[in-house]
Amino acid sequence: MTDATLTPVLTDMWDVDRSWTLPAYEAKGGYQALDKAFGMSQDDVINAVKDAGLRGRGGAGFPTGMKWSFIPQDNPRPKYLVVNADESEPGTCKDIPLMMGNPHVLVEGVIISSYAIRANKAFIYIRGEVLHVIRRVQAAVAEAYAAGHLGTNIHGSGYDLDVVVHAGAGAYICGEETALLEGLEGRRGQPRLRPPFPAVAGLYASPTVINNVESIASVPSIVANGAAWFASMGTEKSKGYGIFSLSGHVKKPGQYEAPLGITLRQLLDLAGGVREGHDLKFWTPGGSSTPLLTAEHLDVPLDFEAVGAAGSMLGTRALQIFDDTVCVVRAVLRWTEFYKHESCGKCTPCREGTWWLVQTLARLEKGQGSEADLDLLLDQCDNILGRSFCALGDGATSPISSSIQYFRDEYLAHLTHGGCPFDSARSTAWAGQEVTA
Amino acid sequence: MSTLDDKTLAELREIAGRYPEKRSGLLPMLHLVQSVQGKVTPEAIEACAEVLDISAAEVSGVATFYTMYKRHGVGDFHVGVCTNTLCAVMGGDAIFARLKEHLDVGNDEVAEKREGDQHTVSLEHVECNAACDYAPVVMVNWEFMDNQTPDGAVEMVEALRTGQEVTSTRGPRLCTWREAERVLAGFPDGRVDEGPAAGPASLAGLEIAREKGWTAPSAPVAETPAVAAPEKGEAQ
Repeated sequence: MTDATLTPVLTDMWDVDRSWTLPAYEAKGGYQALDKAFGMSQDDVINAVKDAGLRGRGGAGFPTGMKWSFIPQDNPRPKYLVVNADESEPGTCKDIPLMMGNPHVLVEGVIISSYAIRANKAFIYIRGEVLHVIRRVQAAVAEAYAAGHLGTNIHGSGYDLDVVVHAGAGAYICGEETALLEGLEGRRGQPRLRPPFPAVAGLYASPTVINNVESIASVPSIVANGAAWFASMGTEKSKGYGIFSLSGHVKKPGQYEAPLGITLRQLLDLAGGVREGHDLKFWTPGGSSTPLLTAEHLDVPLDFEAVGAAGSMLGTRALQIFDDTVCVVRAVLRWTEFYKHESCGKCTPCREGTWWLVQTLARLEKGQGSEADLDLLLDQCDNILGRSFCALGDGATSPISSSIQYFRDEYLAHLTHGGCPFDSARSTAWAGQEVTA
Repeated sequence: MSTLDDKTLAELREIAGRYPEKRSGLLPMLHLVQSVQGKVTPEAIEACAEVLDISAAEVSGVATFYTMYKRHGVGDFHVGVCTNTLCAVMGGDAIFARLKEHLDVGNDEVAEKREGDQHTVSLEHVECNAACDYAPVVMVNWEFMDNQTPDGAVEMVEALRTGQEVTSTRGPRLCTWREAERVLAGFPDGRVDEGPAAGPASLAGLEIAREKGWTAPSAPVAETPAVAAPEKGEAQ
């Protein structure tokens, strides 16, 4: 990509008056993809999503159509679709505005996707801490029922679907798909050992597809415009568009929907650059669980392959921008405290390991300890990474190992300085304006 | 604490009935009992257990796992300050410190109701609430209060305590914590059409696209009209 352009598809409704309502969505052609899908066989819908090259937008990047095709159709148990709307990965803030501004595209995606996998019951699991978003999705589902887009014999197709909007109750771990299923079954949100994978034994031990909000919301556009249309955007192995979320020390933070493969340099150009008078110091490509990158990675194409090759992960395209006023040790300690708090406690390496990481980091941040503690931290990371049921513990090690890789001297400066050498007041949104703190 | 009335018990059963297996109703059921009693009481745990045919210990295990369930009362307005890294750096730490001092409370505590106050306020630090482009963010009863400052946050809690109407920066007029819990249990309150479709940061990219005339590629001819793709535009 030489010229960066934005490609609003999912965000295209957001500036429309009362965009969250059914009339507004239908005025933009909403629910027409549904009829087109009903005119296709279920397998053809799955193949269209496969051909489009849509990969999971919740962070992992697994091909969505392939996930759907893993559902064993000869299994006599009911099939279920579950939408993961538990958006909680630090830095990630795309699904929430999407459901607030355009909930019907999610509902239409749910219907088409459920039809494809032959599910007659679908669940939208929304984190509980976003009340107005839950209102908007509840209302969209109710409107869709009233208009005959949900319920029995939808659009005269003979296909039936019921959708339940389910509010979570505060647990980052429920963004992990099997922990989410536990929450949806009314249990503590603790991940399950795999295999069996949810496609074989998911909700109520039945074949279940779990997809991220943005993945499901992308489906109507693929069905309506064709797989080739979707695949015409993006890069060879990371096709289509995605919402990039810029936050932190950037002039115009916000949501930028663009083809995969756009670079941070291009996005920063659109967003007016890093805060006046400061330089980019470090950033996350896809939330706090993806290893930190620095200014040397500004031209890395933001797709699954290139970010992976740069030593990180595309994740959720949650681009948290930190300028030169920010202490990386403070930032990493705070993330680590988060992982310690959110560890579900099931697996020992994660439960105990995240506790020890906080102890070691907190000491370093205060300028205590010694250089050997950096090796201790890396050793602790080595004892956590890959040793638990889910990826929470793995994610906890990402900011630590990457920050030591790029900013070892800054850790050491805490030791020589006898504490943090940074003034946290300089990092605030109001720094340089008025003194309020 | 009042006992759960018949209406609440009927609604608990109604929630359980939404699911193929009734235990799935437990999370929204616990939201409902909080809306009635202001916290999860031992009595409510027994009631949920009875409706779902599981043990009180199983319900307790769930109620103590999720942070939104409270075993002690919260204020009419529960103020959550995001202190995860990005918001903390952008000022969340300063906001949380100022509110603790101003309200004279620690984390997850209710501020004293003063003479003449209409409402109570409680304070908690929360993890990332998916609004990072509006950092630093404060949640009140799980509604967004975007782009906060320490001074602004103090003014807001004072407005809440003295009974003034406060509106989310990206949502409706704030309801009480108990009313919010009822919506989370799946009983809408009619405020869905309040507030905007999107806040300013959500629209940052879209506004640039509009200005520059950028759109997604147009749909191939002879296809059904695009769902959300542009109505016009040159084929690529």
